[in-house]
Amino acid sequence: MDKAQLELVRGTLDVLILKALVWGRLHGYAITDLILRQSDDALLVEEGTLYPALWRLENKGWVESEWGLSENNRKAKFYRLTSEGRRHLRQETKTWEAYAAAVGKVLGATRPPVAEEGR
Amino acid sequence: MKPIPFWRSYARLLRPDVPADVDDELRFHLAAKIDQLVAQGMRPDAARREAERQFGDVGAVKQMGELLGAERERARQRKDYWDSCAQDLRYAFRTLWRDRAFTIITVLILALGIAANTTVFSVVNTVLLRPLPFPDSEQLVWLESGKEFSAGLRGTIGLSGVTYTVDAYQELQRHNQSFQQVASYNPFFGNGEFTLTGRGEPRAVLGLMISGNFFQTLGVQPMLGRLFTAEENQKGGRAAALLGYAFWQRQFAGDAGVVGQAIILNKKPVTVVGVMPAGFDFGSVFSPGLRVDLYVPGIMDELRTWGNTLALVGRLKPGVSLTQAQAEADILFPQFRAAHKDWYEAYLTTVTGLKEFVSGKLRRSLIVLWCAVGVILLIVGVNLSNLLLARAAGRSKEFAMRMALGAGRGRLIRQLLTESLVLSIAGASLGLALAYALTTYLAHQGSIALPLLSSVTVDGAAMAWTILIAVATAMLFGFAPGLKISSGNIQDALKDTGAGMSAGRKHERMRAVLVISEVALACVLLVGAGLLLRSFLRVLDVDLGFQPSQAAVIKVDYDDGNNYKRTGPVLRELLHQVTAIPGVESAGIADMLPLGRNRSWGFQGKGIQYPKEVATVALVRIVTPGYLDAMGMRLLEGRDLSWQDSIDRESVVILNQTAARRFFPGLYPVGRLGQVGGRDTRVIGVISDVRQQSLETSATPEMYLSMAQAGPEGAELVVRTKLPPETLAASIMQTLRSLNPAQPAAEFRPLRQIVDHAVSPRRFFVTLVACFAGLGLVLASLGIYGVISYSVTRQTQEIGIRMALGATAFQVQLGVIARALRLALVGVALGTIGAIGAAKWIASLLFGTKPTDPVTFAGIVVLLCAVALMAGYLPARRASRIDPMIALRTS
Repeated sequence: MDKAQLELVRGTLDVLILKALVWGRLHGYAITDLILRQSDDALLVEEGTLYPALWRLENKGWVESEWGLSENNRKAKFYRLTSEGRRHLRQETKTWEAYAAAVGKVLGATRPPVAEEGR
Repeated sequence: MKPIPFWRSYARLLRPDVPADVDDELRFHLAAKIDQLVAQGMRPDAARREAERQFGDVGAVKQMGELLGAERERARQRKDYWDSCAQDLRYAFRTLWRDRAFTIITVLILALGIAANTTVFSVVNTVLLRPLPFPDSEQLVWLESGKEFSAGLRGTIGLSGVTYTVDAYQELQRHNQSFQQVASYNPFFGNGEFTLTGRGEPRAVLGLMISGNFFQTLGVQPMLGRLFTAEENQKGGRAAALLGYAFWQRQFAGDAGVVGQAIILNKKPVTVVGVMPAGFDFGSVFSPGLRVDLYVPGIMDELRTWGNTLALVGRLKPGVSLTQAQAEADILFPQFRAAHKDWYEAYLTTVTGLKEFVSGKLRRSLIVLWCAVGVILLIVGVNLSNLLLARAAGRSKEFAMRMALGAGRGRLIRQLLTESLVLSIAGASLGLALAYALTTYLAHQGSIALPLLSSVTVDGAAMAWTILIAVATAMLFGFAPGLKISSGNIQDALKDTGAGMSAGRKHERMRAVLVISEVALACVLLVGAGLLLRSFLRVLDVDLGFQPSQAAVIKVDYDDGNNYKRTGPVLRELLHQVTAIPGVESAGIADMLPLGRNRSWGFQGKGIQYPKEVATVALVRIVTPGYLDAMGMRLLEGRDLSWQDSIDRESVVILNQTAARRFFPGLYPVGRLGQVGGRDTRVIGVISDVRQQSLETSATPEMYLSMAQAGPEGAELVVRTKLPPETLAASIMQTLRSLNPAQPAAEFRPLRQIVDHAVSPRRFFVTLVACFAGLGLVLASLGIYGVISYSVTRQTQEIGIRMALGATAFQVQLGVIARALRLALVGVALGTIGAIGAAKWIASLLFGTKPTDPVTFAGIVVLLCAVALMAGYLPARRASRIDPMIALRTS
């Protein structure tokens, strides 16, 4: 955790949570853990933002929750992706990819754009 | 994730607890964090501190969680509510579909009840409740003269007694303070009979003479063109006419180009200056059943010498009340009278609201009608309660099962209410469709002389009324069985095999009460309908004084070149040719027929002094020889008119009995001289009385003058024939055309029709009330049948045992029928008491029938008992066919 951590770009937290749930039911703690590990410790989702985000997603009907027992037999609230949430995730992923590619193109450019012709 | 073991899953059993949920979730998070830190080598208490530090402000997150959780909880409850509604609805549809016969009967009964109610409401709403179709119509008033005459006398004088002269009208216009405008029209519609030529076949059209401010007073604007100009309202002004919408559509196919063109009326060109809007129908407001085709200016300077010719409508100034206007009229008219010594009468005036004038006479009838449909709705409600109760009894096990499985009482009632709501919505939709068809039918019945009938539709108000009664009925008939069921004991219901248990008994008692009230209501309705029907038959039975059957009438236009000396010979020739047509037995002409328009003139026996209270006026009919014969009127004394009574011979008159008795008290009238319009006129005959105003009012004094000697107002040819009139129509028209090419195309209508028209309002009410009563009877008999039939089913075993013990089929039948009769008799007894009250209340609508008419009452009692017998007989027959062996085995 001593590696440099990145600030979450606004609006990406929802997608990250939805993505984390693609692999199955998880409780809140496991979601943070998953995101942290999957990003090679680059993205730490703080509790203060994680839970409100989860609850909002639940109110929107993208995830649903159920009480269950954790690995250590503790009562925990598990979240699961709804089909609506899955659809939303797919859409957001596409948007994100397009955005990232565009930003990448601009930042990776080595020449100024060719002047338009035909004026 | 592992599932929670069941012993730990009841934490939120009673109700959701959002704060606790949030707490648990966050506590788990901290615990997991601490576990991880400890695993990384931290000491537990240091790990806890570190975890809490990392988490930050727990309180703020918790608060957020509670807020969001509460929101989620609300959404969930809403969804649950609608889900259970949808569930109820699906369940209702399923059960109703399973019980199709029940559903169809229920929906039909409801539809009939609701259709009757919506239709009558639409009529009541249009005629009684809604203001007249004019802007600020509450300011409009009707002025009627003749306040100084007694009611009987006013009846004698007819229309002439309640109208005004031009002078009286103009004096009122000049001196009143109460009115914005006083308008007038000529209600002697014969004055406006024109023949339209130059546009296809000649056609008879009815024009209404109106004062220049008539439409302004009513607040009606022409749809096309303009109203009359001041010049057109003056003597010698350009002849102008405004077309009524229906006439414009019919005659000119709605061509806007006709405005500004001249049309030929009575051979004179008249300019069409405008077309009135579709919503304005003079006849439906002022003279039900009359079709006014166009409007022409009433030229006051010409009408001035015609006597009483104007009916007045006023528009009050804002803030002026009816009482104030009446008080002013009470002061003004005596002043006018004092100033004009030459006036025949004082024109003391009664001021009434125009609405009251139009529909006041119908109020009682319509309210009776409204009450009748209300009773129908009650019967429908009771009947449905009964049906549902029977059904509920059959379903008590199902409900007990559902309760045992945890359904709440409220939930069961909701389920039942949903079912009855579905039923009543279906019934209401069907009923609304029926009502729509009915009102459309009624609105097109031009032959029913009821005001405003043509504008009857199922409008927003009627729609709201329908929804109201549908929901109310659903509540009524869904709630009673609902309470009944849900209050039942589950165990009893589950055990009750339907064989005479106490709950079943209680059910039956309630159903018996319902049936009795149904029979009682039907009895009230039937007695009312019976009395009205009997009155109607009495009215039809009235001696009219003429024979309406086997005679027909056609409006004729003869051409005497405006030379009154030629009138006699022209008509004589016309009648000569008409009577020559094969099949024609006799023919005659009158200017006005009975039961239609009328006017009255003064009559005085020469040398006879009358007491002051005797009115020396009589209705006047101007007729040709042969008319009395063609009408089937009975000459009692003297002789008929003859063609020898020509213009240059002595004037002659025939009186009716009432006139003879009034004008020549104690004397033999024939041969005596009387004065008519200042001319000595010899009485040559007396005929028996003829109903003139309506079938219900007794005859008034009448005189018949010769067409050859007095000025007729129009001409109606009456032909007596044994053939159907339509077979003669063509040859008669041909004859008339050969004499006068301008003879307009007119309908050759049976004489019967004028009688039918006169009784049409009564027929309308009687038909409706009788239909409702019939419906009530059917429903009541259904109710009796249902209860008896159900109790037979329930007692199958008991009957089986009794038969096994030796009861005969006859005894069993008797028992069942006796029960049906007992129900009916209690209902009839209660109903009769109600009916006596109801009959007193409708006494004013009866004719020649006492409210306590024993024949009607006895008839209805017998009818109801007979129906009860029928309704009881079917289950009784079933009961007597029960095989004891089978009946006993089924348990």
